[in-house]
Formats: sequence, structure tokens, C-alpha cells
Amino acid sequence: MGSSIETLVNREYQYGFVTEIEADTIAPGLNEDVIRLISSKKNEPEWLLDWRLKAFRRWQTMTEPHWPNVKYNPINYQAARYYSAPKSVKPLQSLDEVDPELLATYKKLGISLTEQKLLAGVAVDAIFDSVSVGTTMKDELAKHGVVFCSFTEAVHNYPELIQKYLGSVVPYSDNFFAALNSAVFSDGSFCYVPKGVRCPIELSTYFRINAAETGQFERTLIVADEGAYVSYLEGCTAPKRSTNQLHAAVVELVALDNAQIKYSTVQNWYAGDKDGVGGIYNFVTKRGKAHTNSKISWTQVETGSAITWKYPSVILQGDNSTGEFYSVALVNNKQQADTGTKMIHIGKNTKSTIISKGISAGEGQNSYRGRVQMLPKATGSRNYTQCDSMLIGNKCGAHTFPYIEIANDSSTTEHEASTSKIGEDQIFYCKARGLNAEHAISLIVSGFCREVFKELPMEFALEAQQLLGISLEGSVG
Amino acid sequence: MLSISALHANAGDKPILKGISLTVNPGEVHAIMGPNGSGKSTLAQVIAGHPGYEVTGGSITYMNQDLLELDPEERAQQGVFLAFQYPVEIPGVTNAYFLRSAYNEIRKAKGEEEVDPMEFLDLMEKKLKLVDMDPAMLHRSVNAGFSGGEKKRNEILQMAVLEPKLAILDETDSGLDIDALRIVADGVNALKRPDNATIVVTHYQRLLNYIVPDFVHVLAGGKIVKSGGKELALELEQRGYEWVMDAA
Ligand SMILES: Nc1ncnc2c1ncn2[C@@H]1O[C@H](COP(=O)(O)OP(=O)(O)OP(=O)(O)O)[C@@H](O)[C@H]1O
Ligand SMILES: [Mg+2]
Repeated sequence: MGSSIETLVNREYQYGFVTEIEADTIAPGLNEDVIRLISSKKNEPEWLLDWRLKAFRRWQTMTEPHWPNVKYNPINYQAARYYSAPKSVKPLQSLDEVDPELLATYKKLGISLTEQKLLAGVAVDAIFDSVSVGTTMKDELAKHGVVFCSFTEAVHNYPELIQKYLGSVVPYSDNFFAALNSAVFSDGSFCYVPKGVRCPIELSTYFRINAAETGQFERTLIVADEGAYVSYLEGCTAPKRSTNQLHAAVVELVALDNAQIKYSTVQNWYAGDKDGVGGIYNFVTKRGKAHTNSKISWTQVETGSAITWKYPSVILQGDNSTGEFYSVALVNNKQQADTGTKMIHIGKNTKSTIISKGISAGEGQNSYRGRVQMLPKATGSRNYTQCDSMLIGNKCGAHTFPYIEIANDSSTTEHEASTSKIGEDQIFYCKARGLNAEHAISLIVSGFCREVFKELPMEFALEAQQLLGISLEGSVG
Repeated sequence: MLSISALHANAGDKPILKGISLTVNPGEVHAIMGPNGSGKSTLAQVIAGHPGYEVTGGSITYMNQDLLELDPEERAQQGVFLAFQYPVEIPGVTNAYFLRSAYNEIRKAKGEEEVDPMEFLDLMEKKLKLVDMDPAMLHRSVNAGFSGGEKKRNEILQMAVLEPKLAILDETDSGLDIDALRIVADGVNALKRPDNATIVVTHYQRLLNYIVPDFVHVLAGGKIVKSGGKELALELEQRGYEWVMDAA
């Protein structure tokens, strides 16, 4: 775009370092033996191994989806490694036992796992490659009956809950990547909030990919029992590498009657360099099931990854349930994102809101894909969708693919969309008031995203805003 | 303070300013008048550093430095302020946040401490009174959905907060009702100090009853074709521009 918007020095990805740590990594390749090996490393019960194997057999019959509006070279699933864990991590260890090298890694990422320096009011589960290295503030949570632990731990300590809810929202047969994840998932977070309990602190999981050629396949399961409330946030980073790494996660949310789950994501996986070399393939399935009178809100700020493919969705199963999706997706350089949501209205008088803000810079390609479906019995339901795109420069693209199906007469949807170019005039106006180009852009862009940022937990709203500023550096001059 | 000499500037390939010379000393008020399309806004934008215009000749010296060497934000940080003829909207960014960011950038450039939101609100209270603006405006997005007059008043609010050395008001009076015109003029006058200067671009002599200029210049066809005292504005009001252009 014109004279001034083009050249600023690209700031390095801050989280691109590698931790030198001895790891227990299995050989590349994927077959039933690999799945048995993963399962045995985790001492899993038979039923879980069976489930994995069923998923794997199903996966073998499926083909990788190519309908998203993204381009990449074929993925060789046999070349990847499906398990890597720091040797120092023992199963079910306590925080005091965590390897100092790992603590240092998280510190560098801005996350303190040592109890005395905890982020006030936030409990953290730290996932490093395939395993959880520790969960903070467990005692505090236990006082309220809230369970927050690694998935592996949950399989051992709360098998009934896992058996009841695992795959209940995203069955292993759901899609290619969900099936793959179900077969090989290594760890993740589990949370259960009992009836009527309002979880007093923010829960958060921090995902870190460290090992080379290893995919990360975590699974998160959050269950809010009747009348419960929980707010959960995930953050993600990975080292800079010139090869692409696969991240195929599954997140399942269950909000029972009158419950509320607020799920926020700040995704900052390594995006690849400015020429599109390296970066994470972020192929994620996230879905929640909302029972009567319950509410599920997804808020995401997606700035990283070479390719993003994800549609956090809500099945509005119960009457009067509410689903929300607030999204900021930013692509710069050669990044590609195909993201959006599905709101499936099944219950009566269900309500959904979709606010999507796409920002495209450099040669980035950003697609919003959303489906709003109102089934015949979902009478009196409403959806509001607002989908705004902002273009920075003229080599990038913004695309929208809204699908709307209403199968009853009393439901309504409203769809608004806009595409704007960040204006040379807006930038000049800011400059004429003393702001430099970077400051101007991040101000204008965060203004554009305000409706989404205000949905983030306070502690993270500022972080997200700064992240956006950093991710845009180099896009404008 | 400001010395413009034989300034030429293009928009694309099109020459718009064709040799402008103008000297502004501290404490002075200069009025620039002239027909539509004569280059008044272009001159204002070139002084502020708009990248859409290319300076093809001449020079601008500001406070003993080459102004054209400075980025627009550096000019602003050193006290140049342009009240835009068409203020720009920034959706989602509150007026208060925008103003505080600007204020802090300018303070930082002067080596002063940044102020926090609370201190800033105290300061704003006084400034809002100066332009008789509803404090609720602070919490609305910058210029978004503002009426024409509100946008102009908002420009003067920014000027009041940033306290520039050289303020250029590009048709700030256009679109203001009579009361607003007086309020804006009072605001400008209240900010006047012996060490700052103001350039007002206007089509109406009416404004100059309130903001009394020391000099009036007529810009036509990209050149200053006539300069005089405040009486010149009255004469223009009565006789139009043609006679000046004919004489030039
Ligand atoms: N970016 C541009 N590209 C092409 N032409 C331009 C550009 N900017 C200004 N011009 C032209 O330059 C001339 C001077 O414009 P300018 O806005 O400076 O006039 P003005 O004296 O401020 O007029 P008004 O009284 O209507 O505000 C006009 O003919 C205008 O169309
Ligand atoms: Mg003009």
C-alpha cells in the first residue's frame, strides 16, 4: 500500500528458542504398535487403548480434508514422531519435582510455575511436548472441589468422568484430525467443576512444543456440572524451526444445565519466517455441548501458526442455551488461516453470537468460515453474526464463507460483514499526533478488535493487544 | 519559527504548490484564504508531513531545523499541530486513550515522564471546559459517529491538550454553528502565547473577527498572490478573489 506502508524491521519471534533437554522420544512412524507404545508409556487402562485403536483404524479409512482455503505441501504422517517427553518428568510428579531446566523454560515464556511467584488468581497446567510438567494451585482449587489436572492424571484418578465424557462432544470419527488425535493424543488438561461451584480462579494451560519433528496432539476436556462456572485460557508457543510441525488438538467442553464455560485462547505458535519457511500447522477441533440454560463462549486471538484450521463450535443442545464466538485472527507474511465457528441450534429459544475480526497483512490469507444451523425443533432461536476484515497492504487477502441453514419459521439470523483497508489517512492522523507507525497500526488494529478483546479475561487482554502489535511488526512502515 | 521558501509540491505528477514563501514568527497569527482547490490544505498537509505529497523544490525551516527531514510524528513531537479539515475516524479506540497516547508520546519526546490514566483525566477536565465539550465524548471512539461540528471541536480539544508551538487550523470553522465558532475561537485565543504561532485556513472573514490575524495571505493556483493585514480579509469578503488574482 503506497509510499510509507511497507518496510519496518521484522522483530524476531520472541519464543523461538529451543530447550536442550534429554527427551524420551519414540521413532518416527505411525502404526498400531506406536499407539500401544504411547498407551503403555502412560500406563493406560485397557478401555482407553481400545478407544485409541478404534480411532486409529477409523483414521486409516479417512482422507485429509482439503476444503479449507489453505495451501500446503502434503504431510507425511509416517515421518513425524508421535511422542516426546522430557526424561526428567515423572508420571504424576508434584511441582517441587519439576526439572529446573523446564521451570526456566516457562519463566522465559513469562510463566512462573513456582508457587510463590504465581500469577495472581490463575492456575496453570504446563504442557511440554507430549506431557504435563505440572499444575499449579491445585490445593486452592481442591478446596472448592474443582479438579484441574493433566489428562494423564485424570485418566488414573477420575476414570469414570473421562469414560463418560471423552469423545462425547467430538467423537473420534468426527474428522480426519480428530481421529488422528484420538489415536495418538499424549496429554492435555482436564477440568471438572462440581455442581453449583463458581471456579474462583482462572484456569489456564500453557502449551509448548519443543522437540523437533514431533507433533503435539493434546486433548482438553472441561466439564462444568449443573450451575457451575469456569473461565479457562490456553496459550501456545513453539521454537523456530525450518520444518513444519503438526499440532492437531481436540478440545471438548460440556456445560450441563445452567452452567457456563468461558474458553479463551491466545495462540502464538511459531508462524514460520517471512518467506513462509517452517511454522506450525495448527489443525484443531474444538467443540462444546451446551445443555439447558447453559452458556459456552469461545474467545480466540490467533496470531501464530503457518496454517490455522479451526472452528470452535457450540452444539446448542438444551433449550435456552447460548453459544458465543469472539475471534481475532491475524495473518502476516505467508500465514494462512481458515477459521470460524459452527453454531448448531437444536434446543428451543437458543441464542448464538459470532463476532469475527480478521486482519490480513503481508501476503497473508485469512478466511472466515462459519455455519449457523437451526434445526426444525430449534424454534424461537436467534443468531447474530458480524464478520469484519481488515487488510494491511495490498498483497494479502480476506475471504468469508458463511453458511446459514434455518429449518423452522420462528428463528432468525442476522449477518453483517465488512472489509476495510487500514487507511494511510488513519496512520497519518495518528502520526500527526506524535505516534510512530508501529504505534499507530497497533492502535488502529486493537481498536478494530476491541469487541473481542473485551471478552478476554483482564489479565490477558493487554497481553493479546501487545501480541497483535508484535505480530504486525514488519507489515507496515 | 517557521520559514517556508519557494516551496513546490506535487500530488502524484500533478504540481499543486508552485513556489510558496511564508515566514511566521512566534506570537503571530496568520490567516490563509483562497478559492477552493487553490492548495491551502495541501500546504497544511505538507507542513505536517503527509506522505501523499512530494516536495519537489524549496524548503521549510522550523525552529532552526529542516522540517522536511523530520518524520510526521517527529514534527508533532516538536510542536507542529494540524487541525484537519477532515478529521479521521478510528473506530474502537477511545478518544481518551488516543489523546493520552499522543500526549505521552509528546512528553516522552521532550524527556518528560508519561502520565497515568488518572492524572490524565484530571488534565482533561480542564481542557474539556475550554472547548465546552461533554466528558462523555472522551469515551467514544475517535471521531467515529461525531457530527461535523463535534469533529472540529475535537480537533481543538486535541490542540488544547498537546499545546503545540505551531498550530495550523485547516477550515476548523467550516461546519460550526455560531456558538461553536465562538467557543472554538475562544479556545484558540486562550491557548495563544507569545512563543507560539497559529496559521488559520478559512473561507470566512467571520472567524477572523474572533481570531484576529496579524497577516492575511491569499493563496491561488498554488501561490501566495497577495498578503496584507487583517483589513485584507474584509476586502476579500466584499470583492471576492477575482481582483487579487487578476492583479497577480
Ligand atoms: N492526493 C491528491 N491527488 C491528486 N490531486 C490532489 C491531491 N490532493 C489534492 N489534490 C488537488 O490539489 C488541489 C489543491 O487541493 P487542496 O485540498 O490543497 O485545496 P484547498 O485550497 O484546501 O481547497 P478547499 O478550499 O476546497 O479546501 C485540488 O485541485 C485537489 O484536487
Ligand atoms: Mg482545504
